[in-house]
Amino acid sequence: MRAAKAILPFRRFGLTLLLSCFAFSAQSAAGFPPQANSREELLTLPGEIGRPGGRLVVSLRAEPKTLNPLTAADTPSREVIGAMQADLVHINRATQLTEPALAKSWKISPDGLQYTLTLRKGLRFSDGQPLDADDVLFTFRVYLDESVHAPQRDLLIVGGKPITVRKLDAWTVVFQLAKTYGVGERLFDGMAILPRHLLEKTYQDGKLGQFWTLSTPPNQWAGLGPFRLKEYVPGQRLILERNPYYWKSDAKGNRLPYLDELVFLFVSSADAQVLRFQSGETDIISRLGAENFSVLLREQRGYTMTDVGPGLEYNFLFFNLNDLRNKSSPEMEHKQKWFHEVKFRQAVSAAIDREAIVRLVYQGRGAALWGPVTPGNRRWVNPSISRPSRSLERARWLLKEAGFSWMNGPNGESELLDSDGKLVEFSILTSSSNADRTKMATLVQDDLKQLGMHVQVVPLELRSLIDRVTQTKEYDACVLGIASFDADPNSDINVWLSSGGMHLWNPSQAHPATAWETEIDNLMEEQLAAPSYEQRKKRYDRVQQILAENQPMIFLASPDILVGAKNVIGNFHPAVLEPYALWNVEQLYFRNGPEKSAR
Amino acid sequence: MTRRRPLTRWLIALLILHGVIACAGFFAPYDPLEQDRQRPYLPPMRIHVVDKQGHFHFRPFFYAVHLREGSFDQFEEEANTTVPMRFFVRGPRYHLLGLLPCSLHLFGAENGRINLLGSDAYGRDQLSRILYGGQVSLLAGLLGAGLTLLLGSLVGTTAGYCGGWRDEFLMRVAELFLALPWLYLLFALRAFLPLAVSPLEAFLLVVVVTGTVGWARPARLVRGVVLSVKERDFVRAARGFGASNVYLLRRHILPETTSVLSTQAAILVPQFVLAEMTLSFLGLGVPEPVPSWGNLLANLQQYSVLVSYWWMYLPALTIVPFFLAYLGLANALQEYAEPYKIEGRSDDSPT
Repeated sequence: MRAAKAILPFRRFGLTLLLSCFAFSAQSAAGFPPQANSREELLTLPGEIGRPGGRLVVSLRAEPKTLNPLTAADTPSREVIGAMQADLVHINRATQLTEPALAKSWKISPDGLQYTLTLRKGLRFSDGQPLDADDVLFTFRVYLDESVHAPQRDLLIVGGKPITVRKLDAWTVVFQLAKTYGVGERLFDGMAILPRHLLEKTYQDGKLGQFWTLSTPPNQWAGLGPFRLKEYVPGQRLILERNPYYWKSDAKGNRLPYLDELVFLFVSSADAQVLRFQSGETDIISRLGAENFSVLLREQRGYTMTDVGPGLEYNFLFFNLNDLRNKSSPEMEHKQKWFHEVKFRQAVSAAIDREAIVRLVYQGRGAALWGPVTPGNRRWVNPSISRPSRSLERARWLLKEAGFSWMNGPNGESELLDSDGKLVEFSILTSSSNADRTKMATLVQDDLKQLGMHVQVVPLELRSLIDRVTQTKEYDACVLGIASFDADPNSDINVWLSSGGMHLWNPSQAHPATAWETEIDNLMEEQLAAPSYEQRKKRYDRVQQILAENQPMIFLASPDILVGAKNVIGNFHPAVLEPYALWNVEQLYFRNGPEKSAR
Repeated sequence: MTRRRPLTRWLIALLILHGVIACAGFFAPYDPLEQDRQRPYLPPMRIHVVDKQGHFHFRPFFYAVHLREGSFDQFEEEANTTVPMRFFVRGPRYHLLGLLPCSLHLFGAENGRINLLGSDAYGRDQLSRILYGGQVSLLAGLLGAGLTLLLGSLVGTTAGYCGGWRDEFLMRVAELFLALPWLYLLFALRAFLPLAVSPLEAFLLVVVVTGTVGWARPARLVRGVVLSVKERDFVRAARGFGASNVYLLRRHILPETTSVLSTQAAILVPQFVLAEMTLSFLGLGVPEPVPSWGNLLANLQQYSVLVSYWWMYLPALTIVPFFLAYLGLANALQEYAEPYKIEGRSDDSPT
């Protein structure tokens, strides 16, 4: 029996409730929105009591493609939507645990098949219309509708059957699963609850996919997040304004969010974002590279830079292990003979100087990796995976075991030959827009040169790189990175299942090609249904073990999450989960009051 | 004879500059590909002749450097470890002029590395990379310019000498070549080529591409000269005496184009070096880790490098003496070929 009550983890934040007297006086003067009325069941958040008003400016790498949670797939869209929408149960980005959100409590039946969620009463959408169970039913009907093609649909299919939703009363909703689901209530995180009163007609017309684009007038848009749409200037910025009906309050009962406006500037290059932040045009910067972080760190003026520690992004090298029989050149077949040899992959792994990658690529702001789970993911990392340091002797021994040999080349350096006497040479693809990964590949190239391998680094535009890896499969090896959006193993299930589209070394297989891939498939399915964390952890630990032994991906390093914010911003607590800096945007405020922050 | 002097002066300067680059293996203390991962972005090391105790040393020396504890790119000099500079030392092996196996270097050190111009992101010696990079960039420039002049004089002579529809056709093609957006075509061309090209293939590609792109301008110049020469009296006379086309071209017409061609060469070589640098800067040139001047400058695309490590600009400074010498040569050549035109120049600026 697992029942989670709506108790907030007050003490988990080690925060002191700062309360200065002038903060008080400012509240009344600024005409702070009315105190919560008694019929509304607001969620009270711990943290500093802020000052209302002000406009927070952040930059986005690209324009969001849409404001529609049903079609959003790109990071900028997700980041913007995250500030405008709300879910039933939310994962706290700092504690990585679930918390009540729109649902004030939930109950899971003893057999793990039935989830009963109770909604907060008296909540309103950002246009003032009330929220009730019908909106929730409508939302999940839309998500599960195949003709809508919502990305959320895959997550709502459990044991091959879609989750069924029914309403008990106006405030209670029951979700029925066909099979136990290890993720539990984390399932609801990120499932934005949609306003039925605005969308039902469009849905019936079958046009929901094209609705809620950036050109939607603000009055046709509504959400439950802290901010609502105000203005969109193409190519320049997106302005969100405070949602006056937001359902969270601070410990003093003041309705959140504190900020009047949240502005997203579209700044396409990382360097330009740094310049904007340096000049004070933006207030917060996240997704920083280590080089730019140290540039900002060197001349801190009025802002503070924070190294939050390793995030969830893992970078890795992988070889083309696709079944290309009869489809590829004899040369490629030859190369694949090496790649399929597990000792070859282990030798490559042993020869890579991960410590140098962390130092030279991330300037020490990162962690070396031997498995996909980073040290930032404390709950799921398998600490027993061995972390051998670089050993060329071991690499040479492994290669010799696998039948490779060396000869002296024309310039006196030794060159690696396979058992048929062919020179070992291959190329590594990297994304040309990601300087970090290109640098990693260059270091790997030099490491492998010492084993006598001829490696070339080929920077390629990201889209054509993904196309080569997943569609045409014309490549030798590739350096890529994946940034999981959640710490739970399920967020990357597509990478580990042999049938998954992100199973990069050999994607979308009809049947697992190897015994160890079969075992991973089984373990991932099992952990999906396992009822307790301990049981899931045991299986996921084994998955990490298998990956470390077979090295389908040679894990390299994970960068720290690096952020910066002006000193005047209060309640700034960056997390290692996305969105790193804006996850508690409703609590952010300007310490110096709105007058100074106005530009 | 006086007007010959600047010409020889520029020629000698160019010879020395190219000699240094051609013998990069001798002048560079290290292998340009060798990484030293303990010293990324090491600033140029300071030469000392007076040590910290105030003693004077005849042999210049350096203090050994190490990374400051916990930092990534901050280095400290070790006051008690000196690294004396030695001349004509044995070092990494190389091939002098690409042929002669050799391991003698102009300078080096026995107990440690000296990075006279600092190091890059991987701790590779910047001086060695600039020198070796020059080999790629200059050779690409010289070969590219040679190819262009060859094509240009071929087309120009054909058009000028044959005249008629051939002239029309070739000149229209030349105009088309001048009008095409070359950079974008290059990107397209690169997409058709195999994914991984070896440094040599990439180099040849750069040479062929830059060489075939630029022929239109010299072709028009050569055509102009050929057109005017073939109507001169001595050519008509030779034809009247029964000289064949080949004889006329070889004996009377082509020699008249040499001054145009040599001036063009002096102008084109630096242009083509610059073209190679642009292509490498954009990632279309010789791939890492092989250095070329454009590759070295590509690091500056990152803002953090731009504001943190000034010695990464040095490759840009290196090209200045080369370009200066080439342009000086071009001027001197022009002066040598057509002195009256230069002296009496009012409004006709020769190209």
